[in-house]
Amino acid sequence: MDAVVVRGLRVTRSGREVLHGVDATAPQGSITGLLGPSGSGKTTLMRCLVGVQIISAGSVEVLGRPAGDPELRSRVGYVTQSPSVYPDLTVAENLRYFAAVAGAPATDVERVVSQVDLTSHVRSVVGTLSGGERARVSLATALMGRPELLVLDEPTVGLDPVLRRDLWRLFAELASSGVTLLISSHVMDEAQHCERLLLLRDGSLLAQGSPEQFRRRTGADDLEEVFLRLIEASAASEVRS
Amino acid sequence: MSGAVTLATARRVLQQLRRDPRTVALLIVVPALLMTLFRWVLNDQRVAFNRIGAPVFGVFPMIVMFVVASVATLRERRTGTLERLLTMPMHKLDLLLGYGIAFGAAAIAQVGVCLLLTIGPLGLRVSGSGWLLFLIGVCSALLGMALGLLLSAFAGSEFQAVQFMPAVMFPQLLLCGLVTPRDKMDSVLHGVSDALPMTYAVDALQRVTRTARVDGQLVVDLVVLALVAVAALALGAATLRRRTA
Repeated sequence: MDAVVVRGLRVTRSGREVLHGVDATAPQGSITGLLGPSGSGKTTLMRCLVGVQIISAGSVEVLGRPAGDPELRSRVGYVTQSPSVYPDLTVAENLRYFAAVAGAPATDVERVVSQVDLTSHVRSVVGTLSGGERARVSLATALMGRPELLVLDEPTVGLDPVLRRDLWRLFAELASSGVTLLISSHVMDEAQHCERLLLLRDGSLLAQGSPEQFRRRTGADDLEEVFLRLIEASAASEVRS
Repeated sequence: MSGAVTLATARRVLQQLRRDPRTVALLIVVPALLMTLFRWVLNDQRVAFNRIGAPVFGVFPMIVMFVVASVATLRERRTGTLERLLTMPMHKLDLLLGYGIAFGAAAIAQVGVCLLLTIGPLGLRVSGSGWLLFLIGVCSALLGMALGLLLSAFAGSEFQAVQFMPAVMFPQLLLCGLVTPRDKMDSVLHGVSDALPMTYAVDALQRVTRTARVDGQLVVDLVVLALVAVAALALGAATLRRRTA
């Protein structure tokens, strides 16, 4: 079953169309990677899924409901690219607040803090933390209340390799417990952690499928190379048509 | 909406204030210092101080709260936390009332300290009760907060938000009857002054200055202040958009 179904999605931002009719799906209980260079429309697509983006055409269905439906607010967790937490509060204060808003039990604070490996920083004021730590606080707030769909905009940017590996392990654990994850990245090597990939470029979906399917289709091993070949192939087909 | 989320929001805003002792100091100390300065400027004109001391005491919290609330809400809008909160099971009123409760508590502290100083060491004498002065002062602060919340929707940056203060507050200061009695104003200006909320705060404070009697007009003044504050909050709620371009 698909947790996310996007059909013919068009979005216009300040007079310019930034998504040109995107069709995409993300299966339930798996990690879907949204890959593409900066400016390709990844963030806009994610904003559509959580229902904060005004769309000009098409439909977005999330967990069987239209995106932005009030019923989804407790079932979808969203992490923006720049950490959206209060820099003047401590980690614990931030998490307690977001737990209250999410209607999550107070015990969730301890759980999510250990999930993102910030237990030693609970009493630190967020503004004094490093960028990567702040990003993890932001991620922790989204895990509150155990949402069924997690929409994560570049959650691993700027993290050290060990932490990045740990976070991908956490994402895999969540997926195996039935949570659907949609994770954007502009780093191609992160694609290997995803069961399904959506390749976005200039506001259009270049291709979607499993990493394995892509390798077979293009004959390339390296995903960076896969991406390049897909771009070249689509450019060539545009020339032909 | 849920009471728990409203209270959690109020607690969060107060925690943020606590982390910023300088802002708290400015909130509490500035109106008190301004009243002291005002008393000093009037020096031996005790009659004049008694006549306009109360109205002046009432406009400071409105101005200070306006600036603090507009910058605080603007920060919430611009750091992405507002967007995040609105994707969560939170009612817009939870957020606004949470802010209202937290800033209301700050206003009570601010107005309380300033009032104790003004009727204590500074020696202001009014005919009406000190409690009424306190009530009007808190209403006036809450009105400033509600206007600040609303206006922050139209500010693209902190620079703009801060400049809304002279734009919104100074015309009210000139027309509220503090500079010139309202009955001596040009009829157009008098009409405009009728439409400005600060006028009602100043009118109420002038009434408490003159008489110990709580008359109908004083009640009307307080009701107008409360209604404008509620209307500004409601309009503010309309500016919190879950969906944006």
